[in-house]
Amino acid sequence: MSRNVKFIYFAWVRERIGVQEERLDLPDDVRTGAEVITWLKGLGKNYALALDDAQAIRMAVNQEHIHPSDTIGTAREIALFPPMTGG
Amino acid sequence: MRATPDIRVQPEPFDAARECAAISAASNGIGALVTFTGLCRNEGGRLAALELQHYAGMAEAQMRRIADEACDRWPLDALAVIHRHGLIRPGEGIVLVIAAAAHRRAAFEAADFMMDYLKTSAPFWKREHLADGTLGGWVAANEADDDATARWQGAADR
Repeated sequence: MSRNVKFIYFAWVRERIGVQEERLDLPDDVRTGAEVITWLKGLGKNYALALDDAQAIRMAVNQEHIHPSDTIGTAREIALFPPMTGG
Repeated sequence: MRATPDIRVQPEPFDAARECAAISAASNGIGALVTFTGLCRNEGGRLAALELQHYAGMAEAQMRRIADEACDRWPLDALAVIHRHGLIRPGEGIVLVIAAAAHRRAAFEAADFMMDYLKTSAPFWKREHLADGTLGGWVAANEADDDATARWQGAADR
């Protein structure tokens, strides 16, 4: 089983993956932030390149920050991006 | 009464003086008004502009979460935070924080807290546009910003 989730990417993560956002069918056994990253890296070389340095990747689920060890729960929207540089 | 933060994410420039005047006019109980404006530097002439990318929706939500926390921690009369996105030229403002309180300590600390968390947790990313017309790289996050944010974590956190 899987669920359909909207993925959004920002800054150089977006450039390396090559799309701004997309809908993907996320397998139900992918439960944590870290597992999402591992699963995405298996989708292709562009994902593997973008998400290679796990320390440099930040995540948000339903527009709230999560840690890689957190479960993603009922994620409708998952965002991946580098450390933020606003202000 | 706890202040309700005024949060704005916009491409347009802001007018710090006008925002300050509006806040001070709204209450005669304000004794201290602290303003912080973050500006785009020219980096010694190297930079033509900064491009600010943002996560629409989450940017506002995250700024509001930080601002609500500031209003819980300090007795503020007002807290306004404006963050721009899009192309910003050297000399222009990127971010404006105004904290107003009866006394100065709360206003200083709330503005400082707001900026520290904004820099490390509000979903904005800066990219350099260079003076020679080429596109520069994405600005790397500054570890000193993480250290600054960590100052606020401690006894006061649950």
